[in-house]
Amino acid sequence: MYFELAWRNIWRNPRRTLVIITAVVIGVWSMIFLGAFYRGMLNNMLENGKSVLIGDIQIHHKNYREDPSIDKSMEQAEIVRDLLKANLSQDTLWTERIKVSAYVNNARHSSGVTLVGIDPEKERMISFIGTSIVKGNYLSPDDTKGVLVGKALLEKFDTEIGKKLILMTRTKHGKIVSKAFRIRGVFKAQMESTEKTYLFITMQGARNLLNMEKGISEISILIPDEENVNIVAERLKKKLDVELYSAETWKDLLPMLEAYVRIFDGFMYIWYVVVFIAMGFGIVNTSLMAIFERVREFGLLRALGMKPWRVIASVLTESIFTLSVGIIAGNCLGMISVFLMKGNGINLALFSKGAEYFGMSRIIYPVLTLNDVISVSSVIFFLGVIVSLYPAIRAAQITPVEAMRE
Amino acid sequence: MNIVKAQNIKKSYTQGKMQVYALRGMSLSVDQQEFMALAGPSGSGKTTMLNIIGGIDIPDSGTIVVDNNDYSNMKQSQLADLRLKKIGFVFQAYNLIPVLSAQENVEYIMLLQGVAVSERKQKAIAILDEVGLEGKYNRRPSELSGGQQQRVAVARAIVSNPAIVLADEPTANLDSKTGESLLDMMKKMNQEKKVTFIFSTHDNMVMDYAKRIVKLKDGQIEDDIIKG
Repeated sequence: MYFELAWRNIWRNPRRTLVIITAVVIGVWSMIFLGAFYRGMLNNMLENGKSVLIGDIQIHHKNYREDPSIDKSMEQAEIVRDLLKANLSQDTLWTERIKVSAYVNNARHSSGVTLVGIDPEKERMISFIGTSIVKGNYLSPDDTKGVLVGKALLEKFDTEIGKKLILMTRTKHGKIVSKAFRIRGVFKAQMESTEKTYLFITMQGARNLLNMEKGISEISILIPDEENVNIVAERLKKKLDVELYSAETWKDLLPMLEAYVRIFDGFMYIWYVVVFIAMGFGIVNTSLMAIFERVREFGLLRALGMKPWRVIASVLTESIFTLSVGIIAGNCLGMISVFLMKGNGINLALFSKGAEYFGMSRIIYPVLTLNDVISVSSVIFFLGVIVSLYPAIRAAQITPVEAMRE
Repeated sequence: MNIVKAQNIKKSYTQGKMQVYALRGMSLSVDQQEFMALAGPSGSGKTTMLNIIGGIDIPDSGTIVVDNNDYSNMKQSQLADLRLKKIGFVFQAYNLIPVLSAQENVEYIMLLQGVAVSERKQKAIAILDEVGLEGKYNRRPSELSGGQQQRVAVARAIVSNPAIVLADEPTANLDSKTGESLLDMMKKMNQEKKVTFIFSTHDNMVMDYAKRIVKLKDGQIEDDIIKG
């Protein structure tokens, strides 16, 4: 009967109860939806960041990050390959690259770029390049004279597939070399800057250009289980010769991205606090109004012998029912909103420049996890019960004599 | 045997900036199964005395023993337990929980006492029949007349066989015919169930029913009349 009484009590004043429920619904809904949008944004940023040649872990010459030139290449790559084969699981993907700064020009234009020599078959499994060809063909492994260019660079250079570009760079011995490569295909990336920065040729094409028989700039590794990245990185760090090599995760390689993640985390926590404070005041204020209207009833119950803790329990039970209805409705609205947005995503075209600055695509797909739903619901529920304690304690403090004087 | 023994009870409270002396050294003994009234004008201290007997107000000084329980040695939680098990209350108004039916209002007191569901239901229905509300078990207070609501309050007060029922102006909001009917029923409960009834009243009709009238004035007993 306690639960029945609590349920009936909350509907004594349906309008007031609906006000509290609405506050809770809006709070939960905004947290669920914004949380899903935020998670979608983060996933998008991470995917974009990692897929632009970063992967989960990279291995370099120990001084490569300070001086990313051909001089800092890993000469004894076979040692590293053997180590990776022995220490990575079967479903871990990895590939090798030669990366140098270069100059590309044609009759009309010239530009500084990063030239990447790839293993085409392995590279397509790890980075964005395999799925981004929009015109022409991808590189075949034995093509030593072909190049893939970005759409924005192609437009800038006012050229087309089949035409030549001259690539000029410096070898390990300090010699300037140049060679003509024919455009085989055009790729489109999430960000225009990527299209203008990178040119892809085959590993053998790069070796021919640089007069390099062996040596690679980096190895990029993609771990199937996101949560094991740090574990695998630590394991590799222990096995690698630290005098020669270094292994870094994407967080080490993209500190700005990690900073953005933390900034966004901070914004979300602030949002949660603001929503909760607004909702909390609403709950306390409305509950107190209900308590003061029932002063005589609480006085009667105390006179009959009801103990203060039971009064508190009964008021809290009413709050729990109200919160539960609001949380369930808010979750339903949140999930429906996310489901509706999932198909077409949220178009940030108006903010495309700003979005690109943060490494985000124009279209964001919200991502909702069960963990998010449970976290939001639990936080609202427990904090809601805590703020309801004040009205409950006020109710328990009403004495029969005070109530009679009302 | 005394069911209530109050010695030299003093009680004052603050009203705005004024100190009001509600009881000025009142002593009172009540025997078991009495049907008595504390009578007097407003401000005479009758409600205050009733509240002290019921353990919902604490005297400034003096002693009060109810059913062999000395209140001066008891904590608030113990007083609450005593009220739950030994004392029934009938107030002038706001007696019932509005969202519960007549039966549920009677059951509620037994729920607080920890009585099992089936026993609660059985006793509630039986007592509602006794007070003349057969068939009205599922009606909410808003669906009952004033007199019927008071009958439910009496039913709740006596369902657990308390030692005393304290009734504070129970007929104040009722017409004379309804009031009379209520008092007939309470008299019947007093005789059949041997429950002591103490009223606080300035209603002559209640005083006519009472076998003993203790008249109060300015916080002291002016007269103590036992009818033959």
